[in-house]
Amino acid sequence: MIDWCDKCEEMMQPYLDGSLSDVEVAEAQKHLALCSWCAKRYHFEERLRRYVRVAVSEPMSPELKTKLAALRTPL
Amino acid sequence: MSESAPTTDDTRRLAQEARARIRFEEEALELSDQVYRVARRLVGSREEAEDLVQQTYERAFRAWRQFTPGTNLRAWLLRILTNLNIDRGRREQRSAQTTSLDTEAGDYFLYNQLESQVPEENPDEERVLERLSQDSVVEALADVPHDFRDVIVLVDIGEFSYADAAQILDIPIGTVMSRLHRGRRILKKNLADSAVVT
Repeated sequence: MIDWCDKCEEMMQPYLDGSLSDVEVAEAQKHLALCSWCAKRYHFEERLRRYVRVAVSEPMSPELKTKLAALRTPL
Repeated sequence: MSESAPTTDDTRRLAQEARARIRFEEEALELSDQVYRVARRLVGSREEAEDLVQQTYERAFRAWRQFTPGTNLRAWLLRILTNLNIDRGRREQRSAQTTSLDTEAGDYFLYNQLESQVPEENPDEERVLERLSQDSVVEALADVPHDFRDVIVLVDIGEFSYADAAQILDIPIGTVMSRLHRGRRILKKNLADSAVVT
């Protein structure tokens, strides 16, 4: 069981990125269905990525937007 | 009369080109907010990010003919931006370069650490996430060494594919994946060190 959790931990990032093979996805899902310990950590990781994206997001200033618009070729 | 035909053609061609150029500039400007959000996390300060974005648009508008319509304009703009960033030697070497790159703690490390601080038994993920302070996340990301941070910023913040990130940074896709994997672990380690609400 411990070995499976280690393997599941290794697969978490590629799993969430959608870069595992179908066989590996099936393996991970089989384990996640049985192991709430790993499943929680997968859900947490998903939320964490969103949380980080929002936390570091800083909108552009209106001044810069105006400056960029002024770079357009005059009609 | 025989001379007027090519002139008409020329006029039509020029009008077509003008339209294509206007369309290009409009589409590029629509993406500027997204370009800025990525730029802001690639460099250390807001001023640098604003300069960089402005230079990127100046160059993009000059070189617009080099863009292949139908391909990813946002990635094309970011490629210009990262090249300019390298040219300007503005890639600051963070002190984290020398700090621990120990990522042996694994991917569950942050969760395990946060969960241990929640008083209740068996808390849900939301309660665990509440242990993180949002304010420190920016710093935790900035302290990831830039090679790793660039990839995180493009893929996790900018939501670019591995392939686009590889093209933007001019590195193999396998390198994108390995840096991303390791970079996220470093970020989580930084979060565990600095962003935990006490």
